[in-house]
Amino acid sequence: MHIIESGNVAAAFGVKMAEAAVIAAYPITPQTPLTEKLSELVDAGEMDAQYIPVESEHSALAVCIAASSAGSRTFTATSANGLLYMNEQLHWAAGARLPIVMCVVNRGIGAPWTVWNDHQDAISQRDTGWIQLYACDHQQIFDTVLKAFRLAETVSIPVMVCYDGYILSHTYMPFALPDMEAVRKFLPPFAPAYFLDPARPKNLNTVTLPDIRPDIRGETAPGYMEIRHNLHTDMRKSLDVLSDIEKEFKDIFGRGGYPFIEPYRVSDADYVAVCMGSLSYHLRDVIDTLRAEGISVGVAGLRVYRPFPDRAIADAFSHKKGLIVFEKALSYGNQGALFADIKSALYAKTDRPFVRNYILGLGGREIKTTELADALRNSCKPSSATTDRPEWIGLKM
Amino acid sequence: MTAKTTILNLTDEEFVHPGNRACSGCGLSIIYRTALKALGRDTILVVPPSCLTVLQGLYPVAATQLPSLNVTFASTAAAATGVLGALRAQGREKTTVAAWAGDGGTADIGLQALSGACERGENFIFFCYDNEAYMNTGVQRSGTTPQHVLTTTTPISGKPQKKKDVPAIMAAHGLDYIATASAAYPIDLYDKTIKAKTFTGPRYLHIHTPCPAGWGFLPQMTVKIGRLAVETGLFDLYEIENGRFRLTGQSAKMLGKKRLPVGDYFKTQSRFKALTDAHIEEIQQDVDRKWNAYENNDSPR
Ligand SMILES: Cc1ncc(C[n+]2csc(CCOP(=O)(O)OP(=O)(O)O)c2C)c(N)n1
Ligand code: SF4
Ligand SMILES: [Mg+2]
Repeated sequence: MHIIESGNVAAAFGVKMAEAAVIAAYPITPQTPLTEKLSELVDAGEMDAQYIPVESEHSALAVCIAASSAGSRTFTATSANGLLYMNEQLHWAAGARLPIVMCVVNRGIGAPWTVWNDHQDAISQRDTGWIQLYACDHQQIFDTVLKAFRLAETVSIPVMVCYDGYILSHTYMPFALPDMEAVRKFLPPFAPAYFLDPARPKNLNTVTLPDIRPDIRGETAPGYMEIRHNLHTDMRKSLDVLSDIEKEFKDIFGRGGYPFIEPYRVSDADYVAVCMGSLSYHLRDVIDTLRAEGISVGVAGLRVYRPFPDRAIADAFSHKKGLIVFEKALSYGNQGALFADIKSALYAKTDRPFVRNYILGLGGREIKTTELADALRNSCKPSSATTDRPEWIGLKM
Repeated sequence: MTAKTTILNLTDEEFVHPGNRACSGCGLSIIYRTALKALGRDTILVVPPSCLTVLQGLYPVAATQLPSLNVTFASTAAAATGVLGALRAQGREKTTVAAWAGDGGTADIGLQALSGACERGENFIFFCYDNEAYMNTGVQRSGTTPQHVLTTTTPISGKPQKKKDVPAIMAAHGLDYIATASAAYPIDLYDKTIKAKTFTGPRYLHIHTPCPAGWGFLPQMTVKIGRLAVETGLFDLYEIENGRFRLTGQSAKMLGKKRLPVGDYFKTQSRFKALTDAHIEEIQQDVDRKWNAYENNDSPR
């Protein structure tokens, strides 16, 4: 069945069909309609879940952390300052290895206040131990929510599903809703190995010493550092898991197939524009225009940012002449975070493309097709070289 | 009505192992052991960082026999909400959810989450063990540190402000059951915990918890000092049941009788060294005013 709805509603339907049991959220633009929709679905009896209208985002994630620890599938969603307000809890959820799924409806962060889209919210939380997936359209939002639960519960790591505020959250597009039977086949019920249970008491998230330590039976238990190492290695392994899940999803639903990088006219291109989120679809028109002008360029949308798909990036792009990284976020005083990551992914290759960086669209600054085309015309040249600092698009100074 | 609880008919079942990491003479050890007996085995605990985190043991050793979720400092009541949500979703509603936080985790950083959870009517029992400072981080002032007390952040002249009245804040949320208790009267705490279990919705217990390390007294004095706080009328034992205030236990017995002077309590602990005679006189007048109201049955609440 196809319906026409907003991106936020696409996410809400994903959560409904994933049969999340405990939902806690606090409203913030542009995430609000998503939480409103979920509370409506629960109140109308169309969704069998506990909807908990908490008093803050910190508490929203606290509810998810505790409910997940007690064995239920949980969901929350936020944007911008709400995500930042969760920061301590983000680390806690990942450290506790809880398969929470959260939609991050990307928005710039204050001060000064902005409600419009960029990626600074999610990018600033990249080192919290959460997996970050990015969706480019409404269908991907819906699909990615299902994949996120499957991935989170397979690797015991929380997952953010990121999508652009307003551009996707508040626009209406058609998307397909699968039938429940297919969804249940793809996403079996949540069955955690341990949950809070008086019949099997455990003390969870205890103070843990720097060194390993024997338990009362004399068996060695990990120290803090081993626990962190496990999170890191499992995060790396989750790239393969994501790839398998993507294959299975395609087999069942007939969509997707690009776990890491979604290419458009990339295979025969000399130059590739790289970005995340809806911008990669926006760039497709620009690519068609430039191709007509004889410029050999394609666009690649990154679908996962953490864990970083560095090998996939190196394999896909090392033989290209140039990469142009467009970013709606910035590591202040340095460069775009994605730009730095891509350069480091290519470092191991002796033969590697130049990499350039454009910062654009911060706080919802309009991204003009003509500006994108000009940036690519200027960059897609044999004479271009790797830059160490970003250039800015659309800056009026 | 069942027989009166005494130390002899308390259950033998222990939920807190002896030899845990609390300091010797810790008031928290007494109340945790006693209240957990009242809570019973079908209980899930939620604990923020505090001395209790340390008492509960360092991984992979646990000092408590009940499932316990350690959570971030500000999130205790929200986390209890999450446990309850999962229990409802799974049809495990019979299990009691009990949050245990220090005064800092209750009155200060945890107050927003606690207020939110109480307003939503979450079905948990919230225990605040009030040792009147941030002990886990080395005795810093908290909202419930009494006036003039020396802490490491009020090191010379003492805390200028008065103690925050958390049970009154909880009463303003319209809770069905609120009680105070003291580590010096464990059986009273036991009975109040049993009673709290008969209510649904948010329930709040505020427990005065002497702390030898932070208050500056010898470990063998814990119970004596806890009693002095009650007998001087500084800390009162009471219940607010469905909005009705009632003094209980030792405090109820003191109605119509002469109380010990507050100075008797202050001289037992080094944290009160900054108190002048004028301060003591002022506090005595405050306590007398409060008790006059009790005597006239016109509760300050
Ligand atoms: C967000 C955050 N801020 C500060 C701390 C440091 N901290 C841990 S326990 C504690 C004090 C706890 O005081 P209280 O709640 O009264 O419990 P007590 O230690 O006295 O038993 C503080 C400040 C923390 N863990 N988390
Ligand atoms: S510092 Fe005080 S409350 Fe903390 S364990 Fe020691 S005696 Fe108990
Ligand atoms: Mg304290």
